Amino acid sequence: MSAALRVEDLRVAFDTRAGLVQAVDGVSFAVAPGRTLGIVGESGSGKTVAATTAMGLLRGPRVRVSGRVELDGEELLGASPDRLRALRGDAIAMVFQDPLSALHPLLRVGDQIAETLRAHAGARGLSRAAARARAVELLDQVAIPDARRRVDAYPHELSGGMRQRALIAMAIANEPRVLIADEPTTALDVTVQRQILALLRRLRDELGMAMVLITHDLGVVAETADEVAVMYAGRIVEQALAAELFAAPRHPYTWGLLRSMPRLDAPVGSALVPIPGRPPSLIHPPSGCRFHPRCAYVRERHRSVDPSLEPVIGAPEHRVACLLPETERRALWAALSAESVR
Amino acid sequence: MSEPLAEVEALVKRFPLTRGVVFRRRLGEVAAVDGVTLAVHAGESLGIVGETGSGKSTLARILLNLLEPTSGAVRWRGEDVTHARGARLHALRRARQMVFQDPAGSLNPRKTVGAAVADPFAIHGLLPERAARARRVGELLEQVGLDAALANRYPHELSGGMRQRVGIARAIALGPELLVADEPVSALDVSIQAQILTLLRDLRRDLGLTLVLIAHDLAVVRHMCDRVAVMREGRLVEVAPVEELYAAPRADYTRELLAAVPRIPGPAPAAPSPPPPAGGGVAQSSPSST
Repeated sequence: MSAALRVEDLRVAFDTRAGLVQAVDGVSFAVAPGRTLGIVGESGSGKTVAATTAMGLLRGPRVRVSGRVELDGEELLGASPDRLRALRGDAIAMVFQDPLSALHPLLRVGDQIAETLRAHAGARGLSRAAARARAVELLDQVAIPDARRRVDAYPHELSGGMRQRALIAMAIANEPRVLIADEPTTALDVTVQRQILALLRRLRDELGMAMVLITHDLGVVAETADEVAVMYAGRIVEQALAAELFAAPRHPYTWGLLRSMPRLDAPVGSALVPIPGRPPSLIHPPSGCRFHPRCAYVRERHRSVDPSLEPVIGAPEHRVACLLPETERRALWAALSAESVR
Repeated sequence: MSEPLAEVEALVKRFPLTRGVVFRRRLGEVAAVDGVTLAVHAGESLGIVGETGSGKSTLARILLNLLEPTSGAVRWRGEDVTHARGARLHALRRARQMVFQDPAGSLNPRKTVGAAVADPFAIHGLLPERAARARRVGELLEQVGLDAALANRYPHELSGGMRQRVGIARAIALGPELLVADEPVSALDVSIQAQILTLLRDLRRDLGLTLVLIAHDLAVVRHMCDRVAVMREGRLVEVAPVEELYAAPRADYTRELLAAVPRIPGPAPAAPSPPPPAGGGVAQSSPSST
């Protein structure tokens, strides 16, 4: 199936007083309709910058962007501001982490949704009454109880979970082809998080949207994404189908993330194994493999040779940017996962 | 069981609900903590979990006399300290310290790291000699895995993980018996969270600290604690040893919470305790680590 969103060799740099920050450094991915790509990474990994650039939200004299971003085959990086405005909130939409700051505090929720609808209604327009009726429908679709009454509520009158639902209603108002969700549940309680993730999955299936889910939480990715890209220091270091990534991760950074997370199925009293050090500077990134200063398996050669993202032998859909030989990676992971007493 | 180190009994904390700014009207009250009785035993690690508005942070603040309860009692080693003031409260502060969620917000941006860690000594009139105080500050920074030379830096020059280490150094400076940590890692990245949790576990063991950990993350609490109290809407829903609570939760709400935690598939690649020294276990608390 052809991709709804295709990103090719995307590079984004910020010109700052301290120097050029290479936030995204050659990232490529594609998402087909009805599928979800999870982008996992820590702060500064470039995951949010990659997505906001794809939305055309990052532009300006101090931002240097190159590569290609295609929405249903249409190139976005070179698109005019008018064209972008027409596409955003229509064919491509975004859900943010903090619904309180993404919603206008002084406007009723229903009016904000109606505005999105009317802005993209085209030449024929949409009457106020029709927009309002559709807003109620949308609030209903995102399972906000008593939508007919809540349509007149102000953001502060809603709980965090309800606000996120309202924001999702706004994002899907024009049935976008692509939905980008940036840490959509990070600010929410676990029970609410579960409902929001279920809602996103349901809407993705109902509307056949291509979804990009950006998160630091491997658990959230495991439950929602079909495919996962792990980002580190502006690059994708590993990419695979979700089931494959969790069953047979191949990058030492992915191992590090998995080993640093406390989990409910680990033996009580077992230790975490943190990744030593911290994410590198993006102004002066490490030479060679960018993960080498924190990698337990570093060799001399890794300090100078920069690995590219390449298919894993025997699993062409699974790609990894690591200089260790595949046989060794397989043996290392086997040893690491055998340490656990299951 | 031995006498509890700290205790709250029939604790209630109500906050007024108001509306309006200029003409402030009192609409009623909301009970953030609503009749909680809970004991913390010396040497244990007690987790308090709950969602937003469960009252877990309010409970922690009352436990440390940072907030006065509406009714009920707070005890320390059997003594009623609910309304402790002056010298008594001052002495209690030495024995009971807090680590906050946001290390940036709990550190004065105009003070160097060294001054921040030395603060408790100044407040309590300890180590008056400058050289001795500086030496102790250096020791404390190293104890939390920071380079002693960081004493001359300002908080904004540090990463979030380093700032949280400074917050911990400050909290352990006076050799407290009880450490209350309120969401100490929820603002940090995954790889840094593991470093801080490991540090807290090591310090607990090395210093014989009693730990109360307030968290919304059930996996973090399971990793860190011996016993868990689950709160909801100001009340205790369930209190149980960690193995029991996670294997056989009794309350429906606990079951609901546990079911909502996203599961990571695949084998749990956790090292047996203690972790092997090879390959960067325990972050080695290396001086330059975050």
